[in-house]
Amino acid sequence: MAEAVLQVENLSASYRKNTVLFDVNFVVQAGSLVGIVGPNGAGKSTLLKTILNLHPSLTGSVKFFGLPFNKVQKRIGYVPQRGSVDWDFPTNALDVVTMGLYGQIGWLKRPSRLHKQKAFEALEKLGMADYADRQISQLSGGQQQRVFLARALVQNADLYFMDEPLAGVDAATERAIMTLLKELKALGKTVMVVHHDLQTVEDYFDHVLLLNRTVIQYGKTKQIFTRENISRTYGGDLRWLREESLHVHNPIK
Amino acid sequence: MFTILLNSNTQWVLFSTMIFGIAAGTMGCLAYWKRQSLMSDALAHAALPGVVIAFLLLGEKNLFVMIIGASISALIGASFIQWIRSSTRISADTAMGMVLSIFFGLGIMLLTVVNRTSGGNQSGLDSFIFGQAASMVRSDVTTMLILALAVILIVFIAFKEWKIYLFDPEFAKGLGLSLKWMNGLYTTILVTTIVIGIQAVGVILIAALLIIPSVSARYWTQSFQRMIIISALFGGAAGALGTFISALGRGWPTGPFIVIVASALFFLSLFFGKEKGILVKYLQLKMQKRLVNIHTSKALRTKGVE
Amino acid sequence: MTYHAMWIIVTASLVGLSCGLIGVFLILRKMAMMADAISHTVLLGIVIAFIITRELSGTHMLIGAIFAGLLTAFLVQWLHSLDVQQDAAIGIVFTTMFAIGVILIATSVGNAHLDVQHALMGEITFIPWNKISLPLIGEVPKATALLALVLFVVLFVLVAFYKEWKITSFDPALAASLGIPVLLMHYVFLCLVSITTVASFDAVGAIMVVAMLITPAASAYLWTDRLSIMLVLSGLFGVISAVAGYYIAAWVDTSISGSMAFATGLVFFISFLFSPKHGWIARYLRLHKTVKKTG
Repeated sequence: MAEAVLQVENLSASYRKNTVLFDVNFVVQAGSLVGIVGPNGAGKSTLLKTILNLHPSLTGSVKFFGLPFNKVQKRIGYVPQRGSVDWDFPTNALDVVTMGLYGQIGWLKRPSRLHKQKAFEALEKLGMADYADRQISQLSGGQQQRVFLARALVQNADLYFMDEPLAGVDAATERAIMTLLKELKALGKTVMVVHHDLQTVEDYFDHVLLLNRTVIQYGKTKQIFTRENISRTYGGDLRWLREESLHVHNPIK
Repeated sequence: MFTILLNSNTQWVLFSTMIFGIAAGTMGCLAYWKRQSLMSDALAHAALPGVVIAFLLLGEKNLFVMIIGASISALIGASFIQWIRSSTRISADTAMGMVLSIFFGLGIMLLTVVNRTSGGNQSGLDSFIFGQAASMVRSDVTTMLILALAVILIVFIAFKEWKIYLFDPEFAKGLGLSLKWMNGLYTTILVTTIVIGIQAVGVILIAALLIIPSVSARYWTQSFQRMIIISALFGGAAGALGTFISALGRGWPTGPFIVIVASALFFLSLFFGKEKGILVKYLQLKMQKRLVNIHTSKALRTKGVE
Repeated sequence: MTYHAMWIIVTASLVGLSCGLIGVFLILRKMAMMADAISHTVLLGIVIAFIITRELSGTHMLIGAIFAGLLTAFLVQWLHSLDVQQDAAIGIVFTTMFAIGVILIATSVGNAHLDVQHALMGEITFIPWNKISLPLIGEVPKATALLALVLFVVLFVLVAFYKEWKITSFDPALAASLGIPVLLMHYVFLCLVSITTVASFDAVGAIMVVAMLITPAASAYLWTDRLSIMLVLSGLFGVISAVAGYYIAAWVDTSISGSMAFATGLVFFISFLFSPKHGWIARYLRLHKTVKKTG
């Protein structure tokens, strides 16, 4: 039995007066590559933010490696949605990646050449070495996402949370990102990814968390990702399901 | 104290600030749903150079000409904001802040020149900065009344067009409403509302009368129509009461008192409003917590069954 | 140049420099209108400090300003959390606090040294008359000394925490997940804005300080894609506008503060037209070229 890297118990959260999440419970083992799947408004992003203390929780507790968040902050990496930042910010790709190291560099110190070297290597790994000096607004959507991934990579965390890293990117970027995620997994790291494309869930993730305001099912993709569970998650939106079910391979059948 | 009310000039001034308050409250609702609350602040400041230039050209104070000057200068400000926004990466609020302060600076430059040439504060232009309703004469009152009524009328006649234009402009376009015309009309009546109030409330605080009543009204209703009516009532009340209070003291500026009354009404609405008021919300939150607990215990029970 | 004029130019340049530096982060954090709000509410802070202490010293003014700045931010945040649109919240808070300030002056303390007109328009011409003597340096106008102190604080805080300012401005969510106290930094930043505003008050007044805060930064934003260069340019533009404003005012014989605000506008207009990357002419030419190519 692998070590439990993330333990979420009875988590609930609300936006204004709507409860977005309630009674969320699950345990993630080390080395899992988890896809978080659910309809729009299911609370996927909120779940990540609440787990990371970026959004207040109403009830419940979250433990990382058996410890509270502030004790293990340095072992956790977060990739926000690409749209959450202003890409007109006056800075270049290398600089954004270096930001991933700010936590390690510490107060009052500047990034050294070694830090820049590290950042550059991360960019290289994502095939972005040529764009290191490029102003970030001049990058394509896929390139911006790769920069974000490179930034997560330099954090050298053990547990990653990624909010829709595959949304709106080109096929080449999608492949590059998935290769990277699988590499991370091979290194024994744990990655949780908010994902919107049901067709690729089975190829990409070994675990899946079906979410619709609470956990509908969580477990190994092969066992959990069934038509029945998906329709439960998506609230029986049948018209949509019929189209989609052609692509969903059903292991139970 | 009530002798003030008997003075016929005061009555007229009071009446005109009330009508102005109603117009501002009405217009403010449109600005609120267009998400342009601070735009009115920028436009008010941008109007100052126009006021002063109108005075310089005419050599005397004539409210009607000044309103035209103010409108032109505010419209130039508005198009600068639009131009900067659309052709650079500078964000809307930065563009507004720039236009607001630069135009105001230009206005102060010109005002200083006027004050120097016409000897001290003889021109009475200083009242345009803080507002001095008492300085209005009968003809000013008439001008203000006519324009304020025109604004109110335009909003109410085309009520359903405004509603659809603000709520879903794309759909409005589909219905054959010209967005270009609506935008133009919107800017025109917004600027008109602002400039007619400048003498009574002053350029710095005029935005308050467009912003505060409409936000207050939201705490009492969910319907757009009622929101406009309530906002107009709040605006009118703030205009009249504020002017009355400021008339009690010698040389008290009108604008700040009108704003204080408006924001007192706002805080009353904020706490006691029946839609989303703090009191109502507190009770709702309590209920919410109970609901979450019910959910949780339900979930626990079903788990137990499994 | 007379001795008097020299002090005015030094003071104005200090305003331009500190406002220019702060302004860069103001516009990158999308807080331009927040600066407008604070510049107004700081008046209330000064009035209250004056009512309590019955004198108008630099320290009291700074404390009053910080108090007012934080209160403004807190109230705006509070209203926003209650579902009021952000800019409507700003509009409500600053107009109300400003109105209270003006009323307090007009009714209770108006006969004293406080003058709304002065606070709003600034009167840089009087600055050189009110001097204090400092060790080593000698006689220095009070307002100039205060500005120099504020500039020092601003420079120190911006440089020392440069990378933290950068990351919290660009991606606050990531910053928070890295353990950087985003909220604390936000409030520290508001304090910097408040003290810069109040120190510039004497020179340029409440409304024109907004021009000094955001216009040089917006101009610099059009010239460069690097944060460090943007800071340098913005400070430089601030100083240029301040000095140019002084000469324009001397030439037309009008308000110095108004002219300084106007001069920032000129600097922006030039940047807006001629910047090689983001300028209007460059854009127009680029557009023209592509049209020619494609058609």
